[in-house]
Amino acid sequence: MIIGLDVGGTHTDVVLLDKQGLIRGIKVHTDASDLFSTVLLGLEKITQNVDPDLIKRVVLSTTLTTNSIVQGKTPEVGMIVSSGPGIDPDLYKTNPHYFTVSGSIDHQGRTIEPIDHNEIREIGKQLKADGIKLAGVVGKFSARNPSHEMEINQILADDLDHIFLGHRVSGNLNFPRRIATTFLNASVYPTHKNFFQAVKQSLDKKGLKVPIHILKADGGTMSFASSIDFPGQTILSGPAASVMGAIAFAPPDEDVIVMDIGGTTTDIAVLINQAPLLDPLGIELGGYKTLIRSLKTRSIAIGGDSRVQTSNGDLKIGPERLDFAMAYGGKSPTPTDALVVIENIQNCDMNRARAGIESIAMETGTSIEETALNIFDQTCQNILSEARNMITEVNSKPVYTVHELQEGYRVNPKKILVLGGPAPYFARYLEKISEFDVRAIPGWKVANAIGAALARTTCEVTLFADTSRGILMAPEEKFEESITKEFLREDAVNKAYDLLKQKAIEKGASTEDLEMELLEDLQFNMVRGFSTIGKNIRIKAQVKPGLIHRYESVAQNMSPHSSGSDEG
Amino acid sequence: MLQAKNKTGLVFFPAFDWAIDPTHPEREERLLYTQDQVFEEGILDIDGIKEFKPDLVTMNDVNRVHFCIPDGWKVMTESHFISAGGAKTIGMAVLEKEIERGFALVRPPGHHANRVVHGARGFCNVNIEAIMIEFLRVAYGVARVAIVDTDCHHGDGTQDIYWHDPDTLFISIHQDGRTLYPGSGFTKELGGPNAAGTTLNIPLPPNTSEEGFLYAIKNIVLPVLEDFKPDLIVNSAGQDNHYSDPITNMNFSAKGYADLTTLLKADIAVLEGGYSIEGALPYVNAGIILAMAGLDYSKIREPDYDPDRIRQSSQVTAQIEDTGAEVLAYWKNRDEIKAKMQQYGEFNERTRRIFYDTDGISEIQKERIRVCRDCGGALRIDTSADTGFHVLAVHVPIKACKKCRETGYQWYDEASPDSFQRVYLQDRPDDNYLEKDFK
Repeated sequence: MIIGLDVGGTHTDVVLLDKQGLIRGIKVHTDASDLFSTVLLGLEKITQNVDPDLIKRVVLSTTLTTNSIVQGKTPEVGMIVSSGPGIDPDLYKTNPHYFTVSGSIDHQGRTIEPIDHNEIREIGKQLKADGIKLAGVVGKFSARNPSHEMEINQILADDLDHIFLGHRVSGNLNFPRRIATTFLNASVYPTHKNFFQAVKQSLDKKGLKVPIHILKADGGTMSFASSIDFPGQTILSGPAASVMGAIAFAPPDEDVIVMDIGGTTTDIAVLINQAPLLDPLGIELGGYKTLIRSLKTRSIAIGGDSRVQTSNGDLKIGPERLDFAMAYGGKSPTPTDALVVIENIQNCDMNRARAGIESIAMETGTSIEETALNIFDQTCQNILSEARNMITEVNSKPVYTVHELQEGYRVNPKKILVLGGPAPYFARYLEKISEFDVRAIPGWKVANAIGAALARTTCEVTLFADTSRGILMAPEEKFEESITKEFLREDAVNKAYDLLKQKAIEKGASTEDLEMELLEDLQFNMVRGFSTIGKNIRIKAQVKPGLIHRYESVAQNMSPHSSGSDEG
Repeated sequence: MLQAKNKTGLVFFPAFDWAIDPTHPEREERLLYTQDQVFEEGILDIDGIKEFKPDLVTMNDVNRVHFCIPDGWKVMTESHFISAGGAKTIGMAVLEKEIERGFALVRPPGHHANRVVHGARGFCNVNIEAIMIEFLRVAYGVARVAIVDTDCHHGDGTQDIYWHDPDTLFISIHQDGRTLYPGSGFTKELGGPNAAGTTLNIPLPPNTSEEGFLYAIKNIVLPVLEDFKPDLIVNSAGQDNHYSDPITNMNFSAKGYADLTTLLKADIAVLEGGYSIEGALPYVNAGIILAMAGLDYSKIREPDYDPDRIRQSSQVTAQIEDTGAEVLAYWKNRDEIKAKMQQYGEFNERTRRIFYDTDGISEIQKERIRVCRDCGGALRIDTSADTGFHVLAVHVPIKACKKCRETGYQWYDEASPDSFQRVYLQDRPDDNYLEKDFK
């Protein structure tokens, strides 16, 4: 059996699954000020009357790191940044203890200027004096040559508890993002580590001695042990959980739009043949552009609880959310109130919903029913138009080869899957007003937790070879080897797959879930003068995000099949 | 965080799978390290810098500018459709006011491609700037255009295309033609009888450094632009004036290129040559993009940059000052020069031999222009090449007067199958391109 848990803004969803399908799904209230208790309560409730030995896997998706970054509740860290010529690195200053130091490496990874050891030692002293225990060290082009970062690390090792090195976060070239990502990893390290250690201890005490996996923003998981140095990867895993939950219900060989309609926002994602589309560079959070792999999602500030207003007689939906819908005790009208009126939904305060819509109707000069329809229509139209914009944007992504420009895949979805909600009402209406085939995901209330439970371990490897200098390297994996002039692209691909496999298993993957693919596969003849001196080879490979094997039947068995659900 | 002062667009198309041949300077690897530098600097993440996917140009876009012999499909490769398309994409984004300025960082280049194309010369098949400009004229009614070609080689193809166009100012700054391919671009080359003075050439001596280039921009180019008052400024931004370029002899730098970009304030820049792919291009391109966006580039420099080592001699400085005075005098007297050229009868003729170094083709052109005070003049080109083609190409300019239009059609209609294998007509007023195949 597997447990999936997804902490949301208001509710935390927890599911228990086995190979036959969903056993049960529950919701507990999220206490944002005490996520630890929330997570434990959820785990406690879902495991009631379950033999702990039968539970093989626990996957958690939390808002812990996201919240601490957004709220700025992180300890001060030291950032040591070595840039050399280029855009002024002080423009990327992340925090007060940010030091730009000498040292320079060029685009081929060649040292142009060495590190000044005394300068680093002085910084070490200052950090120590200021009581700073954690630091990030980032060099320009360290993804091509990590030696300067490693040198600085060595000099500072005695002055600090833990040092985060830029070349370990990603093989991608983007110095400002490498700085931001390393900074975030260092900043959320203690919060993340303490939290999950406490969760693990509590589970141990209950006799639940299973490995904990943590959901990442790219819709994959990693083991708790391997997450410690890269806690930034856990930010914004919430939207990823929902998208992964949708995969179980997505048809193969088709492009599908996934819409998670929440109270405040709607998140839109794209699936291609049951695999989510990834952002080419990385996630953006709280003003930081990062190298953290993530799903490509588009978030718009329209949801069921968006505030509805009029301006000059026109309806305005969102972007702000005040509180709940009036039908559920809120103070101002929302799309949910419109839905309550249209569909005559019971178990809520119909009078207040009608009163809310009436206040809008008076401004627009239409009947209550008509106004409700207009509000819901505009909500759905806005969401649809954003989804279409997203598809256009995906298809206009720049490419760099003639082949890709001519033969590149164009996303052309014909189907939308909706979760959040209430999904069935939205699905029905979206289908009515669009060319799409729209379905609500069965079990849409807990699909996010199912997504977390079934997500496989993902990772990426970037390999770089220059046969003229005899170098083969993947600094992110601490890998470097000498090669001869005869080294081939095929050898590089094999090496990349070996490294990827090894990395995935270290991060908690099982061998049957290693669906690997190449993301980049380039080879260039290096010509100097008029003769070829070698080859420049660049390979990037990933374990595709997707669901773990042997649980495909979950989609077919969404009605809880034992000890019934007690959904709130 | 960084915010561009000028909203700047970028088409980056390195064509990683296209080369003239594997060891040719115009090869797959050319923009690889530029990509590395631009990505690592995070330039595409800067607020106000937007990357566009290139559109493809259409055959009509090509036929508007060129007479491709025997036809466009034989002359164009996929990569040419894309590199010209990249320039067009940037041009459209500027005129739609989606961006204030834009840079088409594309390959292959185009400024050695003439109006008549029998094959590739100077690594160029079609003129990507001209294809963009003539599209913008048709689509957006752009009238006066200035092209400032800062590639180290004379932009002879662009000069050929605009030789008779009084509404296009073409200024080329390049290494003296006596010392470098294509061997043209002397100060006396000023344009045809209907457009004398709207072609200007500023040949610079070998070893010209930052000082000389910036002198030429400040003291020659900017004052002329000020007089001409273009609606659009296009920079053919070749990067082979760099001190490390393997096929030229100049001493320009990344900082110098960025300063030049700041001074010139071009609406659109289009990459041309530049073959120091590791030592120059990554830094020059980063500098140009930042300069276009109005951002600080003072810390962008080559690892081996040493201004003292590349400083130009006083002799070079004096020579550039003399050239500048000469060019400005031509510009000042352009009306008289034109009047003088127009006094020899209704038609003016010239015969030229053109060599296509990249494809090894020799061409002979007999060109006849109708001398006209009302438009650019009807143009008749009788061209034969050692590929066996002998064709007639007739161009009726975009703002053709009635008489020039009639003349153009008369040439087209009267062409005899005994003399030519094919006849082509560019009817620019109607944006219509005709051809007759006599075989």
